Amino acid sequence: MSGPSTYQPQNAFLKWFEARLPIGGLIHSSFVVYPTPKNLNYWWTFGAILSFMLGVQIVTGIVLAMHYTPHVDMAFNSVEHIMRDVNYGWLLRYLHSNGASMFFVAVYIHMFRGLYYGSYKEPREVLWILGVIIYLLMMATGFLGYTLPWGQMSFWGATVITNFFSAIPLVGDAITTWLWGGYAVGNPTLQRFFSLHYLLPFVIAGVVVLHIWALHVAGQNNPTGIDPKSGQDTVPFTPHATIKDGFMVMLFCLFFAWFVFYVPNYLGHADNSTPANPGVTPAHIVPEWYYLPFYAILRAIPNKLAGVVAMFGSILLLAFLPWLDTSKVKSATYRPLYRQFFWVFVLACLGLGWLGSKPAEGGYTIAARILTAYYFIHFLIILPLLGLIETPKPLPNSISEAVLKKAKVAAGLVLVLGLGAMTLLASGSSVSAAEGTPHPPRNKWSFAGVFGKFDQAQLQRGFKVYKEVCQTCHGLSLVSFRNLADPGGPGFTAGQARTIAAEYKVQDGPNDQGEMFERDGRVGDRFPPPTTWKNEAQARALYNGTVPPDMSVLAKARSYERGFPLFLVDALPYFAYQEHGVDYVVALLKGYKEKPPEGFALPAGGNYNEYFPSHSIAMPPPLTDGRVDYSDGSPATVDQYSKDVAAFMMWAAEPHLEARKRVGFQVMIFLIIFSGLMYFTKKKVWADVHKHA
Amino acid sequence: MTTTTAAEPTRRDFLYIATGTVGAVGAAAVAWPLVSQMNPDASTIAAGAPVEVDLAPVAEGQVIKVFWRSKPIFISHRSKKEIEEARKVDVKTLPDPQPDSARVKEGHDQWLVLIGICTHLGCIPLAHQGQYDGFFCPCHGSVYDTSGRIRGGPAPANLTVPPYEFVSDTKIRIG
Repeated sequence: MSGPSTYQPQNAFLKWFEARLPIGGLIHSSFVVYPTPKNLNYWWTFGAILSFMLGVQIVTGIVLAMHYTPHVDMAFNSVEHIMRDVNYGWLLRYLHSNGASMFFVAVYIHMFRGLYYGSYKEPREVLWILGVIIYLLMMATGFLGYTLPWGQMSFWGATVITNFFSAIPLVGDAITTWLWGGYAVGNPTLQRFFSLHYLLPFVIAGVVVLHIWALHVAGQNNPTGIDPKSGQDTVPFTPHATIKDGFMVMLFCLFFAWFVFYVPNYLGHADNSTPANPGVTPAHIVPEWYYLPFYAILRAIPNKLAGVVAMFGSILLLAFLPWLDTSKVKSATYRPLYRQFFWVFVLACLGLGWLGSKPAEGGYTIAARILTAYYFIHFLIILPLLGLIETPKPLPNSISEAVLKKAKVAAGLVLVLGLGAMTLLASGSSVSAAEGTPHPPRNKWSFAGVFGKFDQAQLQRGFKVYKEVCQTCHGLSLVSFRNLADPGGPGFTAGQARTIAAEYKVQDGPNDQGEMFERDGRVGDRFPPPTTWKNEAQARALYNGTVPPDMSVLAKARSYERGFPLFLVDALPYFAYQEHGVDYVVALLKGYKEKPPEGFALPAGGNYNEYFPSHSIAMPPPLTDGRVDYSDGSPATVDQYSKDVAAFMMWAAEPHLEARKRVGFQVMIFLIIFSGLMYFTKKKVWADVHKHA
Repeated sequence: MTTTTAAEPTRRDFLYIATGTVGAVGAAAVAWPLVSQMNPDASTIAAGAPVEVDLAPVAEGQVIKVFWRSKPIFISHRSKKEIEEARKVDVKTLPDPQPDSARVKEGHDQWLVLIGICTHLGCIPLAHQGQYDGFFCPCHGSVYDTSGRIRGGPAPANLTVPPYEFVSDTKIRIG
């Protein structure tokens, strides 16, 4: 894309082809001989990382779409089907759901790099605006994708976001109804969201092509912000940039793989493991972490229309950046004042992100208003003024000269962005716990940690507790009897699974007479629904207005807020803590008190429980010492029962946990070795450049 | 080129080859889940378990259709005449030579169990039709006899006999 091609194919067929479609020359000039400034630092590899992530998302997404069903009655279960039954379905789904977050991690670094080095300035304005368009498309795609699993957060996220448009005067309601295809978010909404979620990534890919085209016309910016003056200042794209980008893509994969294999639900919300319920909004509704700063801006403004305008305005403002920044000097390296304001702005964005995850009340709202104001002041007042009053440092004469002097890039960038990202990541994922509820104590779990494995005896005991106590009221609708004999599970033999299945009565039919009948369960059957209630209405009538939740994914649907700074630690290797749900279940089962504390008015039909968010739970204490007989000599106590059944629930919710951790370890080892090789290859390729620098 | 500089490229080439090889292995490992996910999933395999069919209600001359592994299974209660017709043919003259006795279970000659899918291109043949009063495929005109053997038309092979066994005199388990 830069001048006439020097590509001269030797092969006769390639010559013939090139004369008719010069695609070889296009690739050659764009990605082989294309001159790239030799002083690019590693922050410049995020463009390649983003292209890679777009590819990962498209490939895994196409695969998921082969197994997913966009229908309100089936979407949730079809995602669980992917997680349980599809070959490597758990891997593909976790790659896709965590991949979305990784995509945003990379895009934020890419954007802040552009801000720091002035990559939006003349002649790169169109390049920058295309980037803003890609970012908007990414946000839309991420939002649409998040609705597809049709959990509670999907449904209510879709409701809240689509309601943005109801703020538009006069036609707002008509527009929201049009978006929904109904009177509320429902099946038509889900189906169109699925269609658009499939479409938009290809639109992104198209704009990415324009983005790269514009980049190759203007040429890459570089840490000095001055244009390459001679061949001395540049190196050919291949192999130099290719190998450097490849090396960083592998390092990024290492980071990505950690999330996929060891903390796959860290960035999600426990509430999204509860199927969508149009009648109940979750206690704390928070968007995905990557939207949090904008969510904070939305909530900071106490007027519906103004809030929505400010939120969209804060993003659209970026498109005008090339004209808001009046300084002629690009790189912050030579702009002593801007450099400081840049970091203040980074902190303001992180602060907004953190506030976006907090309830909109009291001090949080005040802080969010101050930071929102600062966000706009930065772009509308500070940047235009700075160009007029700042005295830049002298610019080097050429890139080669600058490389010799080696202007150090703030190493703190890694630390600040890393920690900041973690804060955002995690604050988005923290989930409901009413004030005054103590933290569930942590238990030791055999399945925790990098090498975690289920304790088969414990799972079998837990199954016994489920069978003899829980299943009267609680279903296990997503688990099949055959799963009891699956590898990585309770370790029953195929014969034992058959015997267990045969103990259950399963409804089948209609038979030749057109009547439904009962037969003995078979291994291929799912666990039948509880026998004590036929439908939700009956359950409500029986159980004090509540429906006993299905236990298939319950261990993932429950969590509690760990608070700052513990939630940061929870994602780290060695400290990783992913057992919030099971710890909560154990605490709940053991948390009954016969008498509520002084001053607590227990509603009729409620039972006081220390760990239940409202403290009044409809389920009476289900376990008593000695209720279930253990044949393996484990203590027949409430404490032991609780842990065993919680472990069983963890397996039911995440049946491929062992495979995930095992494959994860292999992937990590591979990536470490491959990154090492890439690093040394990169060093070899760049050896000449460094020697002459 | 002197020998001293020739040593350098060798070491460098080794590094490049090692990196490339490890990368290729990684790419292949990534490809595997993407390929494997298109194979039948665990629930589909579980649903393909054997099915039992009660033969008692099937009258002589009747052909019933049941499903096993999403395939239609024909169970034909053959009359004496049908069995005789199937047996008197000279096997050697058939396009896909197979004696009738090899297509039924010993002692249960009257029961013919077939996968009801034409071996030509997958349509479902009609029972008691065609020149031999066996099966006739309406798609492209393949004709099968009362043993389900191909006798005319484009189909290359006899209708397939699925794996099955008699659990009792009036009950079979397919699969």
